[in-house]
Amino acid sequence: MLTIFVPKEKLPEMIGRIMDGARVFAPVKEGDGYRFRLLDRPDKADLTYQNTRLSPKELIHPPAEAMFSYSLKKGDPKEGILEEIPKALGKRVVWGIRPCDAKAFQLVDINFITDQYVDPWWQKRRQATVLVGLGCGKPCSTCFCTSVGTGPFDRSALDVLMTELAEGYVLEAVTEAGEALLAEAPEGTPASASVLAEAQAVAEQAEKSLPRLFVPEPLKEKPMTELFQAAFWDEVQFACINCGTCTFLCPTCWCFDIQDEVHQQEGVRLRLWDSCMFPLFTLHGSGHNPRNQKLQRVRQRFMHKFKYYVDKYGNGPACVGCGRCVQYCPVNIDIRRVAGMMTASCVCPT
Amino acid sequence: MKNPYLPYPVRIQEIITETQDRNLKTFKLVFLNPDDEAAFAYMPGQFAELSVAGQGEVPIGIASSPTEKGFLMFTVNRVGRVTTYLHNMKPGEVMGVRGPLGNWYPWDEMKGKNVVIIGGGFAFTTLRSSIVWMLDPAHRKDYGDITVVYGARNPGMLLYKDELVAWEKRDDITMHLTVDATDDPQWKYNVGFVPAVTKEKAPSADNAYAIVCGPPIMIKFTLPVLADLGFPPERIITSLEMRMKCGIGMCGRCNIGTEYVCKDGPVFSMAKLATLPNEY
Repeated sequence: MLTIFVPKEKLPEMIGRIMDGARVFAPVKEGDGYRFRLLDRPDKADLTYQNTRLSPKELIHPPAEAMFSYSLKKGDPKEGILEEIPKALGKRVVWGIRPCDAKAFQLVDINFITDQYVDPWWQKRRQATVLVGLGCGKPCSTCFCTSVGTGPFDRSALDVLMTELAEGYVLEAVTEAGEALLAEAPEGTPASASVLAEAQAVAEQAEKSLPRLFVPEPLKEKPMTELFQAAFWDEVQFACINCGTCTFLCPTCWCFDIQDEVHQQEGVRLRLWDSCMFPLFTLHGSGHNPRNQKLQRVRQRFMHKFKYYVDKYGNGPACVGCGRCVQYCPVNIDIRRVAGMMTASCVCPT
Repeated sequence: MKNPYLPYPVRIQEIITETQDRNLKTFKLVFLNPDDEAAFAYMPGQFAELSVAGQGEVPIGIASSPTEKGFLMFTVNRVGRVTTYLHNMKPGEVMGVRGPLGNWYPWDEMKGKNVVIIGGGFAFTTLRSSIVWMLDPAHRKDYGDITVVYGARNPGMLLYKDELVAWEKRDDITMHLTVDATDDPQWKYNVGFVPAVTKEKAPSADNAYAIVCGPPIMIKFTLPVLADLGFPPERIITSLEMRMKCGIGMCGRCNIGTEYVCKDGPVFSMAKLATLPNEY
């Protein structure tokens, strides 16, 4: 597919031109971190970032989605009847997303787009969004993407893969949508063989720098109830304070709550991010709670990502190795270590 | 494809107080748009999200039978915010229904079999749907003997009392009504817990399925009785409850291992449950 080279000084020009026909989101520096924001100026995109603190899942699955509105006014002919809130779901480009975070969208697609039901907001935003990925030339110490089936230059969930070189960027179209984006780009020139070789070397170097900490394959074979009853959960849960930071930052955590909010005589039904770390997540009206204990909630998070998801969809694990939960966990619970315990196979001497 | 989160608007046609503690009310709901009734094609065992604008949603088993046209029926226990508000609504008011949701009792698999229905307390709702559906002339020939064991704390806590009396009088269904205790001299049925009455009446497991719904304690003590009678786990069916929001397998909270109770359930065989983590 089409591959072009864009010199660094020309990139803002290219982003600016794309902004004329689409809403463009890119990493923007905010305080001491980065976050994906809608660009109002192309030079606000800061591609020197390592990764954003909050994953870009918020672009497809916002923390608060106003789904329906209604009137509660007595005598209003539409009193109490819910109506869909119109949304601007037009063409969007996410510029500079890391390949792992794009992979997360693919993993979550299975949950929101099924044969029986389709989540309209997730699907429409996904369809309207072109993903221009930025390969990770220098992965962080907490990255483990290659251990979970993706990688720093994984093209599989992207429309375009960008590789940063000293003088500029190599942009490789992966899909037709990506090709369309690059087809008429006066800022670039067709990538030469030497540029391609250089990009290849960057990718290989990055992949080599990442250790493979565990292999997820044994997860399929292990019986669900055996892993569920494993003794190590007690140790894993010990320090957890159920703060929910891991699920909040995780690009593959999709769980949500539905709540009504009323202002005067108008109301909205909201879909809000929720977390399996919270006891209220599973509390029955009767007071019974199947995951009342911290151990049960901690186990649910890891079992969902590394076992339930794998068994249910024959896919995954539902983790892309971005390392956010490792970096920001206040008590240093390390998903890499837990995954290691879950995947360990021990051959006992007979 | 229809937005799966958007409820059908319905009007409350009738509200019936079912039990003497006034904590269980039955709501008869009529679709505002007649076309929606055809779209809401359901089977006994399924549930729906009842939606009240400004309050929220609550998952409730469908108590009416698909053979009853023109309305939907739900029996609601007053527990939290939405159900308390519902209990205070009036006929004529507008609310919403989203569904039908979940799977249903294995009606195809049970064809040609005897069906033993064991219910306790207010879990009798989808069992009522099932009985009405099986007794309908269009379906009665598909099933063999129908035996029902239904118990409540006392006579005043039984649901659908008029129908229970009517079914008692029929010869194509065997009813065993029971209460935990009563000093009512008019009570002419059984006294005793559901597991004990099941043991005493000993419905045959021969060519039979058992559908068991009730409080956890009732299920716990009924399962060994059914095992002794010879019901294998594959032919003991139950329906589970969970905190739910979306009802369509997306919001992530109601799973037991790999299974979402809202979409893969709520109906499971005991054989299936034995393969899942014991977390419900």
